[in-house]
Amino acid sequence: MSADPHTDTHGAAVDTHGHDSHGHDAHGNGCAPAGPKRPTTEELIARKAATRQEIEPGADLMTISIGPQHPSTHGVYRIVLDLDGEIIVDGRPEVGNLHRGIEKLCENRTYHQIVPLTDRLDYIASFAMNHGFCEAAEKLMGLEVPDRGRYIRTIAHELARLSNHILWLGIHVMDLGTQTFFCICFRDREYILDLWEMLCGARLTHSFARIGGVAKDLPDGFEYRCRKVMEFLPKRVAEYERIVKNNRIYYKRAKGVGVFTAEDCYAWRVTGPPLRSAGIARDLRKDEPYAAYGEVDFDVAVEYNADVYDRFLVRMKEIRESCKIILQCLDQMPDGDFISKDAGHVLPRKSEVMRQSGAMIQDFNQVFRGPQAPKGEVYRAIEVPKGEMGVYIRSEGGGKPARVRFTTPSFYHGQALPALAKGEMIADMVAIFASIDVVLGDCDR
Amino acid sequence: MPDTAWHIIEVVVMLLLPLLMAGGLTVVERRLLGQLQDRYGPNRVGVMGEMQVLADAVKLLGKEDWIPPFADRPVFVAAPAIILMSVLASFAVIPLTSGFAVADLNVGLLFFLAMSSLGVYSVALAGWSSRSKYPLLGGLRAAAQLLGYEVFMGMSLLGVVMMAGSFDLSTIVEGQRGLWYVGPQFVGFVVFFIAGLAETRRTPFDLPEAESELVAGYHAEYSAMKFGIFYVGEYLGITLVSALMTVLFFGGWLGPILPGWTWFLLKTSILILVVIVVRAALPRVRYDQLMSFGWKVMLPLTLINLLVTAAVILAT
Repeated sequence: MSADPHTDTHGAAVDTHGHDSHGHDAHGNGCAPAGPKRPTTEELIARKAATRQEIEPGADLMTISIGPQHPSTHGVYRIVLDLDGEIIVDGRPEVGNLHRGIEKLCENRTYHQIVPLTDRLDYIASFAMNHGFCEAAEKLMGLEVPDRGRYIRTIAHELARLSNHILWLGIHVMDLGTQTFFCICFRDREYILDLWEMLCGARLTHSFARIGGVAKDLPDGFEYRCRKVMEFLPKRVAEYERIVKNNRIYYKRAKGVGVFTAEDCYAWRVTGPPLRSAGIARDLRKDEPYAAYGEVDFDVAVEYNADVYDRFLVRMKEIRESCKIILQCLDQMPDGDFISKDAGHVLPRKSEVMRQSGAMIQDFNQVFRGPQAPKGEVYRAIEVPKGEMGVYIRSEGGGKPARVRFTTPSFYHGQALPALAKGEMIADMVAIFASIDVVLGDCDR
Repeated sequence: MPDTAWHIIEVVVMLLLPLLMAGGLTVVERRLLGQLQDRYGPNRVGVMGEMQVLADAVKLLGKEDWIPPFADRPVFVAAPAIILMSVLASFAVIPLTSGFAVADLNVGLLFFLAMSSLGVYSVALAGWSSRSKYPLLGGLRAAAQLLGYEVFMGMSLLGVVMMAGSFDLSTIVEGQRGLWYVGPQFVGFVVFFIAGLAETRRTPFDLPEAESELVAGYHAEYSAMKFGIFYVGEYLGITLVSALMTVLFFGGWLGPILPGWTWFLLKTSILILVVIVVRAALPRVRYDQLMSFGWKVMLPLTLINLLVTAAVILAT
């Protein structure tokens, strides 16, 4: 495992100098500005000021409402912009158009029944959401996930990350005006979705995690196909990078646009790839390992320019790292159970329910009464594709939680948009909004 | 009066041919984009989806022709008509083959430039008269973009005019018997091609209708056949620019064996396909980048091209 020099920098001090443990990708096609590859915070702030135009409010402004029905708000996000010509003077985001009361619904459901609800949070990477909730519930109940379960979860989580990032790439580039690349990305995402179909039968809302493990063991032939896809995806990523990086128009639209320094990220609680693109190697998979992340070797993708272009680079690196993680998990896959045997908290296997009286009673108990959780409250955060997702559960005993709260990255990223886009042009706002990766199901809950 | 009859035939052909090409182009573009993007595109109506034009036209005609109550009604209605008229009028000077042009003007090229300037009004007025914010932004973008690119679109053609010594399109074609002007006037061709994309509001210069920012831009408030006319107007524009490039740089109707008009149509079609492939390949530029590209790169390039051409002509 490569020790990461930046892991300890997620305090207030931002150390963006020095180490060279991360290979720094050449900024496509020799377009990169000459000089130091890692800008200091001051430089970033100066760059930010240089690309943004200061316009004092009070001038003749036009107020325009972008969304909730707008092609590039990726759902039903709405932002009311004050424009001076094409320059954004201010913006007021509005969320809640997709609010479905998931957190309230959780109070009337057993822990097992909440898992499918979490699918509907970030429906692009729904396993990551299942995973986050199950980790929190297990922490509450003091459950141990068997090794095989942990490894399958890691694979599934990384598959979710892959499908999220590939979709993100397509949408991001489409927001800049090219449809073809979107179609290329969807073509390749199909391979991931096929794997999901093998794994759990669903392509979008997986509900694959269970409290105490996962729903099913790896199916026959999954390992072979998964290996094939994981060996082939990095080649495709190289192709994506070649297409996108060598495109002068993309480069000009993305480079230096939407600079958001590490301090800004902290101030707005922006996590995930946008934070890592600002030079902070904050990744919960590495910092607070869960599932099998502590046992596999991977690098945290970091870039230093904190702009739209670097967010793209970070995500491309993460796709490569995800492929690495999945291959390692397949190599190291232990035998044994994929779900815990704890009869008090875990659903039994369906095959046993009809044959064994013990399993039948367990099933009855779990389905009707729910897993009996102790009193108490827990908070568990994991790294989902879009950033850090926290789950808070307060239990007063019994099979249903008293309160569940999700702190999902999209909400915080969405609220940061005015700060990100202030002073940029309206066309940049679209690029920036895509680059921070917001999904409204995740945002509004 | 065989002369008048011949003239009427010319008029009918030059009116219907572009319209048919523009109509067909809507399907060709969608099919071709589909193929390039690893999907099918429209393939249900007719054998290969070619009847999709008809289906679309019927659909558009059947829709409610809604004029927003807040719009400036007369201008709102006039705007789509202007684009159609100005583009169709430009086709009058295009020589389909030797001696086959509706109006063989001796200033044909100037006539084209004048008509293409009129086209700006259509887009700008459409955006303005909608009295709605997205169309307004689109219309403003269009006015700046089209006027700016108009300048060196005209200038890029002056090299050709110098070489042929005439503004008459037929004379220009005749002047290319030995060598197509795309060779000596390559810079002019590239500039004209880019300016043509900008004039027809095609990717990567489709800012006036940038669907990811301005939803539909200047025609966001238009519905039914008025929208359809903008749509057809765009494809007519592509056809016109391609036809003009054929005439100015690729020797028009000149070519061996086959009759002149087939060569003309063949060359035009190939150029149209290139325009479509460009759309499949490129993202959209930003407004300020478009402007600085136009004034800081294209304009000096055209001027240098002009100077070099003049110097070479004077020297020989």
